[in-house]
Amino acid sequence: MKLMKSFCIMVTLLLSSYAFADTLMTFSSELNQTRFQSLAKELRCPKCQNQDLADSQADIAKDLRIQIHDMIEQGKTDQEIVDYMVARYGDFVLYRPRYSAATAFLWGGPIALLLIGFVAFGWVLLRNKKRRAGKVL
Amino acid sequence: MRKLLWFLPFFVFLGMGVVLYKQLGTNPEYMPSALIGKPVPDFTLVSLQTNRVEDQSSLPKQAYLINFWATWCPTCEMEHAYLRELAQQGVPIVGIDYKDDSNKAQQWLATKGNPYQLVVTDELGKFGLDMGVTGAPETFVVNSKGIIVYRHQGDLNSTVWQEMKGYLK
Repeated sequence: MKLMKSFCIMVTLLLSSYAFADTLMTFSSELNQTRFQSLAKELRCPKCQNQDLADSQADIAKDLRIQIHDMIEQGKTDQEIVDYMVARYGDFVLYRPRYSAATAFLWGGPIALLLIGFVAFGWVLLRNKKRRAGKVL
Repeated sequence: MRKLLWFLPFFVFLGMGVVLYKQLGTNPEYMPSALIGKPVPDFTLVSLQTNRVEDQSSLPKQAYLINFWATWCPTCEMEHAYLRELAQQGVPIVGIDYKDDSNKAQQWLATKGNPYQLVVTDELGKFGLDMGVTGAPETFVVNSKGIIVYRHQGDLNSTVWQEMKGYLK
């Protein structure tokens, strides 16, 4: 019983910290809030291995969330906010890497592999057809 | 030639093996600074000791270090003695008291000694954001032209200094 009680208190405390974090931020419009949420999901926490800004409890992630909030309320565009982050924390913060010489393989690789697959598939089909035709003759 | 084709998966395996093997032992948390090759961003921050407002013009004219520290940061305590050693060797260090309580910071310097030529307080961490800092301690090397050339995350010690000192010119 005592254990149950302390467990309930713990859960309440854990959840309240999230509720608190949300009430601290107010947005002038619904759109701004949606923009904030999508930006915080798009950007990676620079201190964490693989967490977006929305998820992370790291101090720096909190600061960056506040920064995003402030910039949105100042009327900055999403692109300006992303550029601001990249200028300070590098391409690392982008979950969707930009297209550049270094990331060309990342973007083009799957398409190239798919094309190679198709060509190989077609080649095998053609060869089998020829072989079968040869047998019939 | 056709036989060679059968070995293609093996070659792919070999290639990936080499790439992955090279990554072994590297620090996955290492993140290159986006500020390398750029000048120190503008700032107006209050000096910890004199309450004067400091900006770009207060920075040393020769090559120097920028060290982000705070009293809440245990690693900063670890590196403090080494910073003092460097200061004694004549390395100019600018301290940024990052997201800290100024009173505690003043006390810290009074009891542990002050290795810094200049200490400014970045209470809100805004300058830290501009420098792409993710925590404390972090140390940047700025060359004599005012360009950031090196960044180290974590404590500064003699091993790190071996690599870092080459950039200080």
